[in-house]
Amino acid sequence: MLQLLTASAAAHGPVNPWVALAYLVAGVFFILALRGLSSPVSARAGNRYGMAGMAIAVITTLVTHLNADIWEIAIAIAIGAVIGLVTARRIAMTAMPQLVAAFHSLVGLAAVLVAGAAFLNPDSFGILGADGTILGVSRIEMALGAAIGAITFSGSVIAFLKLNGNMSGSPILLPGRHIINLGVLISILVLAGLYTAAPGMGAGDGYYFPVIVLLAFAIGFLLIVPIGGADMPVVVSMLNSYSGWAAAAMGFTLGNTAMIITGALVGSSGAILSYIMCRAMNRSFISVIAGGFGAESGGDSGGGEKIDRPWKRGSADDAAFLMKQAETVIIVPGYGMAVAQAQHALREMTDILKEEGVSVKFAIHPVAGRMPGHMNVLLAEANVPYDDVFELEDINSEFSQADVAFVIGANDVTNPAAKTDKSSPIYGMPILDVENAKTVLFIKRSMGGVGYAGVDNEVFYRDNTMMLLSDAKKMCEEIVKALG
Amino acid sequence: MDFISILSIFIMACFVGYYVVWSVTPALHTPLMAVTNAISSVIIVGALIASAAAAVPGAKWLGLAAVVLASINIFGGFAVTERMLAMYKKKERK
Repeated sequence: MLQLLTASAAAHGPVNPWVALAYLVAGVFFILALRGLSSPVSARAGNRYGMAGMAIAVITTLVTHLNADIWEIAIAIAIGAVIGLVTARRIAMTAMPQLVAAFHSLVGLAAVLVAGAAFLNPDSFGILGADGTILGVSRIEMALGAAIGAITFSGSVIAFLKLNGNMSGSPILLPGRHIINLGVLISILVLAGLYTAAPGMGAGDGYYFPVIVLLAFAIGFLLIVPIGGADMPVVVSMLNSYSGWAAAAMGFTLGNTAMIITGALVGSSGAILSYIMCRAMNRSFISVIAGGFGAESGGDSGGGEKIDRPWKRGSADDAAFLMKQAETVIIVPGYGMAVAQAQHALREMTDILKEEGVSVKFAIHPVAGRMPGHMNVLLAEANVPYDDVFELEDINSEFSQADVAFVIGANDVTNPAAKTDKSSPIYGMPILDVENAKTVLFIKRSMGGVGYAGVDNEVFYRDNTMMLLSDAKKMCEEIVKALG
Repeated sequence: MDFISILSIFIMACFVGYYVVWSVTPALHTPLMAVTNAISSVIIVGALIASAAAAVPGAKWLGLAAVVLASINIFGGFAVTERMLAMYKKKERK
């Protein structure tokens, strides 16, 4: 081990201190980029820091590796820039989860390609020992970087297909999948160990590296396929984290501080977001990764009796009347609002209510939507000021004073069974206490469907609940008409 | 740089990341994902080094392909973050 460590010291050769400093500055700029996001006021400045950091890193690399091939590189960057900018401009805000998943897959694939290039031409990365073999420590960094990159790639492709609706959002369960996954994972680690320990591994030598990459592609696919649509916020965050660790691993190979700092930042960012999402569903990370949540199970319990229970149906006019009379209205948006693209109609409705003197607030559950912060972006797109939008813990106590809770496209996150029913799959999940409001207006397409967790919602049948059965966007438009 | 120095930077950066990310307001979690995605494309540094080395053609082409992918992410990621952040507005005081 000690030999490995000292060998790597010699490998990267003498470093120009100015170059090292430039990469360090880039790393610091990336930290400032994330720091800026602590408030919407400073966020745009933060994004500029990120751009500046990236420019410094790219220019430093180009200047220190300048040669006749600069044109090919310039063309490659230009192609990427055009594709990236056009996509960023055209993408609908409701499609943001898919876009982020697609972007993650690109980082993953880029990491695999870079590791592959290091494998074929280790000399250019300065990881060749004096005896012509790739340094042991670099081999393990390369293998891990490529493996994490490959998992990120294939996992993100599946996440993209599920989020984009090209693939069913319900979990696909292979028999014995835990054994298969564990087996593949262990094989990857064993092969990485064998590759590191094997004697005489020069450029492109041995089958270990390509096999590791192939297995990693397979496991990314196997891991994400059994995970259902409602767990996608966790998956997208997790893949975000992986793309960071892949970059960090390649940073170790190159001894590059900008890559290492960035990798660590992105890695911890994704990990924290995964943790926040898991906590908001009261589920362990392991149970999410094990997959299968939201499959056709458990939903049958009491399925026969629920149809018979009485519930009240309301119309757009009823809703308009109730909200016009109200002093405070709290709106609870969910994934259904995104699907129906109802955010603009909803904002129109709130504008009219505000003119009538009604206080309108928005309450966001951390797992509403398909990625962290999904609802906030959609509301921002519809010009809802961000100081009207509140997080669960900040607004939950206000439902008891609210006249109307207006639930649009959310379901499980309002289900009181999470507090009372120990047998419910969502037991223990923090929920928005909409049932405490004087009246609950609940927009839903039909009474038949249940939420992703497959459980019935007690709120539908309460005396103070009025069901508005319609498409979310249509209902908002009708309410706007009724208000006007 | 020796392995221990690199590891030290990495561990410290993990702690920095931990504290910085917890201070990000939940309302900006989607832009956070978009921007972390953009900056993780700093992997382009490795792609550029591979592309600039002509000795092994296969490695060079892998590098150039990685430059294209990482550039899509860099430009797309920062641009879409900018677009999202521009939408966050404060209430107009009357």
